[in-house]
Amino acid sequence: MRPFHVLPVLIALFLALAPDARSGVFNPETFTLDNGLQVVVVTNRRAPVVTHMLWYRVGRADESPGKGGLSHLLEHLMFKGSEAYPDGEMSRRVARNGGRENAFTSYDYTAYHQTVARDRLGLMMAMEADRMTNLRLGAPVVEPERQVVLEERRMRIGNVPAARLRAAARAALFVNHPYGQPIIGWTAEIEGYGLEDILAHYRRWYCPANAVLVIAGDVTAAEARPLVERHYGPLACAAPPPARVRPPIPDLESERRVTLRDPNVGQPTWRRVWLAPSHGTADPPAVAALEVLDEVLSGGATSRLHRALVVDRGVATSVHTHYNPDALDKTDFTVFAAPRPGVPIERLEDAAVAEIGALLRDGVTDSEVARAKQRLLDSAVYARESIRVAARVFGVALTTGQTVDDVESWPDRIASVTAGEVARAARAVLGRPGHVTSILLPETATGS
Amino acid sequence: MIMGRLLVATVLLLIWAAPAWAVPPVRKVVSDGGIEAWLIEDHTHPVVHLSLSFRGGAALDPADRGGLASLLASLLDEGAGDLDSQAFQGRLEDLAVELSFEAGRDGLHGTLKTLTRNLDPAADLLRLALTAPRFDREPVARMRAAILARLERAASNPDDIARRAFQAAMFPDHPYGRPAAGDPDGVARITVEDLRGALRDRLARDALVVGVFGDITPDRLRGLLDQVFGGLPATAATGAIRETKAAAGGRLRVIARDIPQSVILFGHGGPKREDPDFYAATVLTHILGGGTFSSRLHEEIREKRGLAYSVGLSLWPLDHAGLILGSAGTANERAAETVEILRREWSRMRESGATAQEVDDARTYLTGSFPLRFLSGSRIARMLVGMQVHDLGIDYLDRRNGLISAVTRADVARVARRLLDPARLEFVVVGRPEGLAPADDGPT
Repeated sequence: MRPFHVLPVLIALFLALAPDARSGVFNPETFTLDNGLQVVVVTNRRAPVVTHMLWYRVGRADESPGKGGLSHLLEHLMFKGSEAYPDGEMSRRVARNGGRENAFTSYDYTAYHQTVARDRLGLMMAMEADRMTNLRLGAPVVEPERQVVLEERRMRIGNVPAARLRAAARAALFVNHPYGQPIIGWTAEIEGYGLEDILAHYRRWYCPANAVLVIAGDVTAAEARPLVERHYGPLACAAPPPARVRPPIPDLESERRVTLRDPNVGQPTWRRVWLAPSHGTADPPAVAALEVLDEVLSGGATSRLHRALVVDRGVATSVHTHYNPDALDKTDFTVFAAPRPGVPIERLEDAAVAEIGALLRDGVTDSEVARAKQRLLDSAVYARESIRVAARVFGVALTTGQTVDDVESWPDRIASVTAGEVARAARAVLGRPGHVTSILLPETATGS
Repeated sequence: MIMGRLLVATVLLLIWAAPAWAVPPVRKVVSDGGIEAWLIEDHTHPVVHLSLSFRGGAALDPADRGGLASLLASLLDEGAGDLDSQAFQGRLEDLAVELSFEAGRDGLHGTLKTLTRNLDPAADLLRLALTAPRFDREPVARMRAAILARLERAASNPDDIARRAFQAAMFPDHPYGRPAAGDPDGVARITVEDLRGALRDRLARDALVVGVFGDITPDRLRGLLDQVFGGLPATAATGAIRETKAAAGGRLRVIARDIPQSVILFGHGGPKREDPDFYAATVLTHILGGGTFSSRLHEEIREKRGLAYSVGLSLWPLDHAGLILGSAGTANERAAETVEILRREWSRMRESGATAQEVDDARTYLTGSFPLRFLSGSRIARMLVGMQVHDLGIDYLDRRNGLISAVTRADVARVARRLLDPARLEFVVVGRPEGLAPADDGPT
């Protein structure tokens, strides 16, 4: 072979092997135990650290009427002690081993996580596995924690006018569905549930076949699997996990408005939300087109809405859109704007509505779509850097009806979106007659 | 929306020693032009993180130009060289470069994150931002409006009201007592001349500190340093910020706001970063109010009594003063009980110190969680800047765990007596707390 042939061959080989945004995102390894526990391992060797994250397929949207917030209170109580690690022993051991831990609850999932030096992974599993089926609860630990949750509610919602308004807007949008209710529950609900309610919820939903374990960091599946089998393998579900049956979310026919005036508001805001398809309700391509639309509209300072409302017309100090397709049932698409000081909220609303009208009428340009897609694809490279992002992405996906392949093929779906698809997706969502507009206003001295 | 179990992560400077793990080596890289940066090479991902700081931040703002550093920082990436604001931002977006600037009290900070393949154009955009910002009329008006809107928001937000009142009480005659973001009158007054003056006076090579992490070799970084920073003036023309001490006097101020939960800030003077007792103070603070679910305040206030969702305590070492500062949120009806427990725990720690088990657990946590600081590239780059700003030495990462491990129970007891003073413990409470001092209406 003549030498000058070598170079093209090497280049071709390099290109084939080079990590490319279009060849998967995290390249995980997966396996499932006989008891149904689904396991995902994402290797990242940057630091000798692992994140161990256990997800349950249960959240606010799986609760019975009148028991809102039970998943979240249970999440708090899971730190109180289990058979082998009673009286908060788990938190003490995590801390003594230099680990950080926490947990969170959403509509479709509840998750627990520790980040710790890689050689402590087995201990984390031992403790997490024990509290999956051997939680110990009594009134003496429940009552103070109930007060803690009420304080959390005051801090996140009671003290925050924007959060109270968001709750009202969700209730108006998600008719007939728990997505319209606060994750943390209403105060009277939090005060109402008894120990039996909590334990019944725990026994009903917490077992290996209803869980997903994600381990990300300095570990491979071959290294993790024996530990997973030893600690989680012996567990079993007493009964098959219940089906997640939720009531339907009807389309909105009407324009709804919710307004909150409060003396603790310093700056007015305007927000409009529409019902939108999610991973749980739509084909993946329809979701990808909306993700590109979100990026076209507000993904940066040259995005369409930022340029129009903040720079060119100067009516807003900030504008953003938000679309999160990770849900079992329908989700929402949000447009938000805050006026420049001195600009009346009505003028801002007119300007925003005019921009949305132009979008629905004229669609988006090929260049806008190409730029948005490139930014989204590049963001996947940044996502790979973080073990917490990896753990979160797989946990959310696998508790909201997606697969590992859905996550890994995301770049391909984004790359194939066309301007025509974005325009169609915009009309199908933002062109609907029903939506909810929420307006936050300072309470003026003279009142309204 | 996600409901987390704990909102406030500890802000302690956590560094630690895991056995059998070598901290990645830090290299000092000096360019031909004499510009220095500290570098940790890491080629596991095709990404480069650069963090920079110019010493002297909002504290340098003249009293009648509060917000100058903040407005300057917000305008550096709003048009530079031949590129107007939209053209500049468009370049950043098309290259997937993340560039941002922010004014802190003691420094004007910048961060750059780029894919390795776009490093050269990213570096050039950073050079333009630092050496040739345009301050065009449109972005100046827009960013001024954005800061004024932020100040309006802060003036009605209970957390911000509490923080500002606390700062003002601690530093009544010092720039630290003024909000770093500025005040509406000052922000309205700032001219383009002011901005150009601050750019010239503050963004100079002798005030510059650089930390880099990621997919870049020392040789490549050497060239890049001259390319980016070579055009900056050699020396800064800024006055010195004078040393000060927190003026805590054991007061409790209530600012009336109609909210269900009282926002409680508490604290007084604390050690600066170079204080020889800083490590003992770190262990002490962790035991009293740090960590996730393990501190005394967490146990007494949250676990036993359900008085707060979040209660925490941190050291707050500024360049010219130190604070120890904590926060909690309790229903108005029970706020007085939280304040009483805070005072009691402050006294108990001062009088009796910590137990041997507590000191041991704190040391184990603080050293054992060390590798967790090496998960985020931008955080590592910031850490490399902080090590230079505080003169900790290039071998600091290797020594840090030893410094924590050397703290004894006697050290903690001694520092508790030196540092914690219940008679000076200062409170600001925003809300309608029952059974505390008479309320005022707060800042207008």
